[in-house]
Amino acid sequence: MKPAKINVVVESKAYKLPPLPAPMRQAVMQAIDAQREKPGALLPILHGVQDALGYVPPESLALIAHELNVTRAEVHGVVTFYHHFRASPPGRRIVRICRAEACQALGARALEAHAKQSLGIDFHETTSDGAITLEPVYCLGNCGCGPSVLVESSARGAVSGEAHATVELYARVTPEAFDELVGDARSASA
Amino acid sequence: MNASTSPIKIYLPRDAAALALGADRVAQAIAETARSRGIEIDLVRNGSRGMFWLEPLIEVATPKGRIAYAPVKAADVTSLFDADFLYGGAHALRLGAVEDLAWFKQQQRLCFARVGITDPLSVEDYLAHGGYRGLKNALALSGADIVKIVTDSGLRGRGGAAFPTGIKWKTVLDASSAARAALDAAGSSESQIPNPQSRSFIVCNADEGDSGTFSDRMLMEGDPFCLIEGMTIAGIAVGASQGYIYLRSEYPHAHRALAAAIENAYAAGYLGADILGSGKRFDLEVRLGAGAYICGEETSLLDSLEGKRGQVRYKPPLPALKGLFGKPTVINNVISFASVPAILDRGAEFYRDYGVGRSRGTLPIQLAGNLKRTGLVEKAFGVTLRELLYDYGGGSYSGRLIRAVQVGGPLGAYLPESQFDTVVDYEAFAAIGAMLGHGGIVAFDDTVDMLEQARYAMEFCAVESCGKCTPCRIGSTRGVEVIDRIRANVDREKNLALLDDLCSTMRYGSLCALGGLTPDPVVSAIKYFSEDFS
Repeated sequence: MKPAKINVVVESKAYKLPPLPAPMRQAVMQAIDAQREKPGALLPILHGVQDALGYVPPESLALIAHELNVTRAEVHGVVTFYHHFRASPPGRRIVRICRAEACQALGARALEAHAKQSLGIDFHETTSDGAITLEPVYCLGNCGCGPSVLVESSARGAVSGEAHATVELYARVTPEAFDELVGDARSASA
Repeated sequence: MNASTSPIKIYLPRDAAALALGADRVAQAIAETARSRGIEIDLVRNGSRGMFWLEPLIEVATPKGRIAYAPVKAADVTSLFDADFLYGGAHALRLGAVEDLAWFKQQQRLCFARVGITDPLSVEDYLAHGGYRGLKNALALSGADIVKIVTDSGLRGRGGAAFPTGIKWKTVLDASSAARAALDAAGSSESQIPNPQSRSFIVCNADEGDSGTFSDRMLMEGDPFCLIEGMTIAGIAVGASQGYIYLRSEYPHAHRALAAAIENAYAAGYLGADILGSGKRFDLEVRLGAGAYICGEETSLLDSLEGKRGQVRYKPPLPALKGLFGKPTVINNVISFASVPAILDRGAEFYRDYGVGRSRGTLPIQLAGNLKRTGLVEKAFGVTLRELLYDYGGGSYSGRLIRAVQVGGPLGAYLPESQFDTVVDYEAFAAIGAMLGHGGIVAFDDTVDMLEQARYAMEFCAVESCGKCTPCRIGSTRGVEVIDRIRANVDREKNLALLDDLCSTMRYGSLCALGGLTPDPVVSAIKYFSEDFS
């Protein structure tokens, strides 16, 4: 009796990601090409990708690894090490609440609780209408006038369809002021 | 008024703190009102004078000097024009000259001499206020002489570790000279060519992650050329032709200011292949961090700059010998570099004459948290914590008792009222088990729960640990759990003993200061505020 044929090619479905859609691929290649000659180019490239797309798509890591001639594991390790890089698309505005001590001394703990409650989300989550992503931040350097909040548009150009990236820092944010600035962020990005 | 005179200069900060308090709205109102009244003005967006309770602070350049009006809201602008503020007219918000305000007058601003005065992005303005005199002096000296001046000034690293800057520079100078000598001995002509893949590097640590600190940010936004000049001098001193500023991504305003200033410095010949015709090269680039507190630790920062995970390296080798890309590297904090131009301009002795004991020169102190008058106070070492909290800070913002003060960021000890007479001096703080760090002072009133603060210290360490060493990675998470059990009154005495044990493991077993110093706020909270733990 002949032994059964054994297929030695193991295809792991778990590691197969869908290919990067063409416009995303183009944005990623642009970020790579703009920075690749620099020594230690990986972080600037990841910033470029996230600035363009709002996040670093997991599907893009293989391409970045290939272009930089490093392993995908290395790129994955770097992306996941830094709090700043996101693996999924954020809301149109990212609202960062400072959790650090100087802001705590002025009521940041209460603000944090209020923000989560009024938005109905926890840190790292996005409201169901896709408007707001809530993130903690550990110091915005505005320690003399806390609690501090930074509101940023999450992506530039083509993706968001907005003309300008916005970065707005807020000081002495009370719960009421927070609701107001969230309202402004919602309407500005709608 | 005579229409042929040049437009009146109005200064209004673009400092992030001033923007957060509404400076852009004021700027818009001023521009619109001036336009509608047909008045020509020159609105300069400068740095902040560092008095946050007075921001947005306008200064008008009148024939009798600069007159300040503050704090100005957009709604005040019409009445300011009505009061003829362009000529120093009387108004409820008129403060007179900033230099005459007691809060400002008693400071010794060396590093921050130009912040809030000049246009941060104008090379001409920088030159007009004493800028680049240090660099010109440095270009006429040998590297060893520059290093000697910095050593003699007594300047110590302002990032927190307080290591003598001159000694660090000397180590790099010697290491890169040795490398050059080896090349020469091998008959290589390479050492004659200015090589962008520099023999050594200058790296600025602008990853100002400590809560309660913002002097780096204010300097980068308010006088970026001062940092650029300091780094250029360092490059010339040790023979490095490439510099990097590693800036935290949480500082978008500073990023903008630095990028523009670097471009202007290149255009004016203060950066690039041939600095001021000296034939010496120095290139400078800003690199952004990505929200990792640990990257303020110098070896993590270097790994991050190399495009890796920002994990702490073992020392030795020191970065001064094997730093960025394995080359000798000067890595200093923003304020350390920004202190150098004044030292090269006015001499080591001038700088050394300020201060006490082994802490020489001035320290830009940042008053933060629950204080009435927060901001930046640059003083010679030797001022007491109490003077800073009450004379400068004006007591608590909430009007309640100041119960605890944390100095030196999230890894600094919590100090009670009984320690407020401690003098700002590296050694005096070390003597009471605290640290001066980067000079940030965060005040808390009597509503603070010190158990919560201790828990937060552990939580922060757990979030920000790079994960390389076990005491920090695991210890911080266990620390949160133990404190939670103390809070829940589960085996209190046993758990307090366990926490003490855990803290000592972290202190002596961690690879770097994050794990090693996280016990400081925890242990000090228990020691001085034990009532919150019972």
